[in-house]
Amino acid sequence: MRGAFQEPGLARCSVADTRDAGGCWLAKLLGSPDATRRERGLALLRTMIRIRVLEEGLEKHFLGGDIPGFAHLSIGQEAVAAGACAQLRRDDSIASTHRGHGHTLAKGTAMRPMVAELFARSTGVCRGKGGSMHIADFSMGMLGANGVVAGGFGLVAGAALSAVQRKTDQVALCFFGDGATNRGPFHENLNLCAVWNLPAIFVLENNRYASTTSTAETMKIADVALRAAGYGIPSRIVDGFDAFEVADAVGEAVQRARSGGGPTFVECKTYRARGHFIGDPERYREKSEVHGVMSVSDPIARMQLSLGEALEPAEFEQLWQAAREEFADAVAFAKSSPAPDASDAFFGAFSGDREEGNPVRRIEARERDAMLPFAPNVGPGSQGSGH
Amino acid sequence: MARTISFSDATLEAMQEEMRRDPTVFLMGEDIAKQGGIFGQFKGLPQEFGFDRVRDTPISEAALVGAGVGAALTGCRPVVDMHFADFITCAMDEVVNQAAKLRYMFGEQCAVPMTLRAPDGITKSAGSQHSQSLEAWFVHTPGLEVVIPADAEDAKGLLKAAIRSDNPTLYFEHKVLFPQKGAVPDDDDFVVPIGRAKTMREGGDVAIVTYGITVGRALDAAAQLEAEGIEATVINLRTLWPLDYDALANVAARTHRVVVVHEAVKIGGIGGEIAAFLGEHCFDDLDAPVVRLGAAHVPVPFAPILQEAMYPKAPMIADAARKLVRREL
Repeated sequence: MRGAFQEPGLARCSVADTRDAGGCWLAKLLGSPDATRRERGLALLRTMIRIRVLEEGLEKHFLGGDIPGFAHLSIGQEAVAAGACAQLRRDDSIASTHRGHGHTLAKGTAMRPMVAELFARSTGVCRGKGGSMHIADFSMGMLGANGVVAGGFGLVAGAALSAVQRKTDQVALCFFGDGATNRGPFHENLNLCAVWNLPAIFVLENNRYASTTSTAETMKIADVALRAAGYGIPSRIVDGFDAFEVADAVGEAVQRARSGGGPTFVECKTYRARGHFIGDPERYREKSEVHGVMSVSDPIARMQLSLGEALEPAEFEQLWQAAREEFADAVAFAKSSPAPDASDAFFGAFSGDREEGNPVRRIEARERDAMLPFAPNVGPGSQGSGH
Repeated sequence: MARTISFSDATLEAMQEEMRRDPTVFLMGEDIAKQGGIFGQFKGLPQEFGFDRVRDTPISEAALVGAGVGAALTGCRPVVDMHFADFITCAMDEVVNQAAKLRYMFGEQCAVPMTLRAPDGITKSAGSQHSQSLEAWFVHTPGLEVVIPADAEDAKGLLKAAIRSDNPTLYFEHKVLFPQKGAVPDDDDFVVPIGRAKTMREGGDVAIVTYGITVGRALDAAAQLEAEGIEATVINLRTLWPLDYDALANVAARTHRVVVVHEAVKIGGIGGEIAAFLGEHCFDDLDAPVVRLGAAHVPVPFAPILQEAMYPKAPMIADAARKLVRREL
């Protein structure tokens, strides 16, 4: 038994599970009329703690040089990922952002393939080709983090349209920030989803900053949800630090979408407790602002407070301990995993390009043969130039 | 057996047959359902397949292509009509950063079986923003297939192949071709394989390598050359990516002289890639440098006299081939 709380009628998730460790059983639990407030709270708390431990750990490993590229943390925003994904089925889709570790974990991806991806290993969920900013897990309906702000709206509109075309009751949920609502695809896709009554849910994480610029400087309205009204989409504004509130609002939106009621917009007022990226010197705000918000609004502390005596201190500590063990296991897994073979760089852009006789494969193979002898750690005649 | 039908009807048949064959194929675009498309290329389809599978859309190119990618990722085969190829520019993130990248970037977990239909090319003083041929941009972007039909047979066979392809495919169709008639095989399963060029005519003196609308212009040039005693091969590339490099090498070995021509702007165009490939890999086969022809490096102008002055047609193609054969270059 890991964790001190019961998950009635559901298989337990353990560190050993490489998949399905997050949202799926949680969705069943939250959807269950038998689930008590305590059980729901514990489930949400568990997800938030796992995200926090994952991201604090990633921050350390990034600064320590284990993780190349860019990485963006969602510390402070965990209640949104946990609350929203808790309402989804495994076969529902989400699109995420460049700040997507929490969404990925909450939708069900296990830490091992996630951490291995960020460590640029061949065992990563994207074979080491995506990294933090482009992590995806199609086995969990996770259509990808996206390096382009507002890149997810079209994917969610399309996944929702696809559900209609295929006559399923799947829904698609888009996570995005306040900054994305200043881009054209936000407006085009909200309008499209509204006019076609598509089963889409738009979950805004209004974290008060677009990169390094405060939201107050980039739009003249305080509530972005006003924009949804312009497209005839119903909206709700919730306390994005309160995972219960997020889960309730998103649950209602999912229910509406699944039953043919069309899209809903949920604005979650939250806060980005870290810089835009790991290493951001944060010259645009005072440290005191961060401390001020987090000292009263940290979503994990808020849930702890909200559960009150229903949460035993030992059980709270056990959630942290379990998450730390899960993360340590994932790091060990990543570190022991091989880097991708350099020859893998030349394949995968096209379906079929690993098959003999494929016209693209011949072209890509020619490029590989020309370049591979000069690739790092691969010399002429090494295994890397096989095939 | 073959029938003679218009290019437009050939594309219509391709969609009909693929929609009957696969219920996940659906169409969306501006003015396609009730109006039947600006070139009649969608007429009658909603009557057979319903307005859910043939969707009129808002003027929202970014959303159309973005939603096309999302639907393709989740089990559908969308065909998105861009109205005019020029408007792909309004959805460049969706084409270049999303459709082209996702399969590779996500470690082959997914595919993007989406077709973009993009009517392009110069006609009737459509002007600078409705006349462009932008194919080279997409050949330059790894992850996209680019096909360009030259006649009714290509139109049907390449569109069917594009819809069946598991890759995002740009299907550039020249607006002038829509009413032109041509023979199409009587076979529901007829497809033109992506990645293979077609030899339209054989001749040992010079090869004219081209695609799309310019195939007809090259055939006219070849007929004129024949009257002068010069035998020209005409290669219809059909697919620009994956480019049929074998066909290029073969034709260089057979004719030793190559003219590459397209209606797209010459500078930075696909003709440069072809000429460079032949220079790098077929130098010993060539008796003369490869000649490139393409539109001038200016926007397409409005006045007919200006428009007709700035892109290559049959007389210019014949002239280039003639000079190449007579070593006047």
